[in-house]
Amino acid sequence: MASPARQADRATPRPPAPEPPLYAPRARVYPRAISGKWRQIKWATLVVLLGLYYVVPWLRWDRGPGAPSQAILIDLDHRRGWFFDVVIWPQEVYFVTGFLILGAFGLFFASSLFGRVWCGFTCPQTVWTDLFMWVERMIEGDRNERMRLDRQPMSAGKAIRKTLKHAAWLAIAAATGGAWVFYYVDAPTTLVKIFRGEASMEVYAFVGLFTATTYVLAGWAREQVCTYMCPWPRFQAAMLDEQSLIVTYQKWRGEPRGKHKAGDSWDGRGDCIDCNLCVAVCPTGIDIRDGQQIECIGCGLCIDACTQTMDKVGRPTGLIRWDTLAAQQAKEARGAPVPWRPVRPRTLLYAGLLSVVAAVMLVVFALRADTELTVQRDRNPNFVRLSNGDIRNSYAVKVLNKRRTPRQVHLEIGGLPSAQLGFVGADVEGSGATATLSVQPDAVGTFRVFVTVPAAAAPSGAKPITFTVRDEAGSGRASHDAVFVGPGR
Amino acid sequence: MPTKIEKDTLSGQNTTGHEWDGVKELNTPLPTWWVYTFYATIAFAVVYCALYPSWPWLTGHTQGLLGYSSRAELRQELSAQAKERAGFVDRIRAASLADIRKDPELFNFAMAGGRSAFQTNCMQCHGAGGGGSTGFPNLVDDDWIWGGSIDQIYATIEHGIRNSDDKSRQSMMPRFGVDGLLTGAQVAAVTDYVLSLSGKAKATPEGAKIFEEQCVACHKAGGKGDQELGAPNLADGIWLYGGSRDAIYRSIFYARNGSMPAWSGRLDEATMKMLAVYVHSLGGAR
Repeated sequence: MASPARQADRATPRPPAPEPPLYAPRARVYPRAISGKWRQIKWATLVVLLGLYYVVPWLRWDRGPGAPSQAILIDLDHRRGWFFDVVIWPQEVYFVTGFLILGAFGLFFASSLFGRVWCGFTCPQTVWTDLFMWVERMIEGDRNERMRLDRQPMSAGKAIRKTLKHAAWLAIAAATGGAWVFYYVDAPTTLVKIFRGEASMEVYAFVGLFTATTYVLAGWAREQVCTYMCPWPRFQAAMLDEQSLIVTYQKWRGEPRGKHKAGDSWDGRGDCIDCNLCVAVCPTGIDIRDGQQIECIGCGLCIDACTQTMDKVGRPTGLIRWDTLAAQQAKEARGAPVPWRPVRPRTLLYAGLLSVVAAVMLVVFALRADTELTVQRDRNPNFVRLSNGDIRNSYAVKVLNKRRTPRQVHLEIGGLPSAQLGFVGADVEGSGATATLSVQPDAVGTFRVFVTVPAAAAPSGAKPITFTVRDEAGSGRASHDAVFVGPGR
Repeated sequence: MPTKIEKDTLSGQNTTGHEWDGVKELNTPLPTWWVYTFYATIAFAVVYCALYPSWPWLTGHTQGLLGYSSRAELRQELSAQAKERAGFVDRIRAASLADIRKDPELFNFAMAGGRSAFQTNCMQCHGAGGGGSTGFPNLVDDDWIWGGSIDQIYATIEHGIRNSDDKSRQSMMPRFGVDGLLTGAQVAAVTDYVLSLSGKAKATPEGAKIFEEQCVACHKAGGKGDQELGAPNLADGIWLYGGSRDAIYRSIFYARNGSMPAWSGRLDEATMKMLAVYVHSLGGAR
């Protein structure tokens, strides 16, 4: 007879081996505070960038009556972009395209020179995460205290600190969302309206959206944004080469690593004392000593950490440093040192493209006119035969008056000597071959213009003609090419 | 079911436990938040289905708890638009056609409204640009059968041409050939005469005589036409039914009596006024 214990053994089969998880749990990162050169630079960048972001909408600029007094305002309702004394119309949206292209080439250029300097120092995700981490550190303490706090069961003290932290995060997030809408509406009046509940639905919606994204992305998602969401690290690899400056661990010098007691010899071992400080300070929670990783945002904080440690143990700094892959490989092979070559075909190409786009934009900007003319010919019907045999074409003529005063411009047609003009509308005066068009200030005047020629003078097929407008002072002038179509013979 | 989960020695990762002819796959797990986002979208879909119309029935669909319908929303938007325009529409109704043309604000509104009404109601015959086609008058030129002043255009829109409306514009071209009023040879002679009015053929005395007897009453001396009677000008270069000898012969033999509907029962007064302003602006009007 089997013992009860044996029976129980048989009755309950061995539990199956636990299945591996289908989903990777998030490894929480508790970056430790560090001070040093790169931390200083990061703080300075943060202060400058956030300062610009929050302050710029509050700059005032006197433009006289009838125009906003905000220095930088993208007025979507009235379709004007105000940048100090420059007013951009929707027709000039190509300047935005130009700036986007400049931004892209600038990013390529910086990446090919300094690696992921954008990711590590200036990307909004990095800047706001840095700010949120600083707040977190102020309230919950540094790495070890935060880890301890998170392991503790909930208590009054923990609840207070957590609440305080999230409240501070939400406040910063709301300020971020608030500053965003101020670029699109008048800042001082809208701020009052927001608190009085009088602002538009759009304002509240965008403040809400940016509050939510800032809070979630900088408070909760953090390095996951860079690792999982952001496409930039993926195609950034195409900008980097063995001559780009990146954060590197000097394996040839650091290995074999090991703990080191004061007084021990440094012979036969590497300089890395395996203090793990570089891992503790890393905002994405990686170990730079594992080599290049997609998670590394190139912020340089591990350089600060290693510098501190090397100073402490009295070894030369620079075990973790900005260096190129080519230089590292040369050092590893104990070969001749490879200097950093900032001037390479790749950087020259990016710099060249950058200058070309910038030059084109400058020229276009310098040649910007405050009077513009567009002409569109009616093509249905293509031409009209009048009862006396004359041939007439009609055109939609638009005159853009970018000045803030009403204008009168003279319209003339070149290339069709016998042309007679006709008009529809009350804001046109004239007959024969010229006319005077009245255009409202800061507006587009739309006119319907009929051009008639006698049958004998009508061209066979299309004949190029030119519409020209000029104001009385002669300071504003614009022309537009068009065609006059007559019956084929 | 995964059967044999093992650790891959090279990468240190687990396999999924599936095997296809010796090929195994590494288990590369998704981050947890990703999975929760996926669950959240499923929850969203369930809530959406409950709140909004979603499932088709045999005779309709589920209405959703919110009672939303895009048709109702459209109706609301349309009535909101109508309310917004009401001020302008009232002013258009109250103003005379001449006043509308003098007021730049009203004129712009009427042009926009007129263009829109034209594209809906008129372009089927008169063409999108008002260029017309054979049998459907060109509204862009300066030749008007029933008159091209803005009031005449409005009257034509309001009551139409040769229809059952009491005030419709009425006139009738006789069927000279079909009804035996003229012989084929006589029709040919008068065709030549009509062509001669615009210098396209040589007239015979017989043709001139027939024109004098049969046509002058409406088309007037020299074929200049009469807008009161809707009798086209035969001396200009514009032909509604074609200016070839053959086309003119058939116009006389079989007659032409095109018609246009009266719009007074279908469009409101303001819309017809805006249409008149728009058509008048197309270029040929006086």
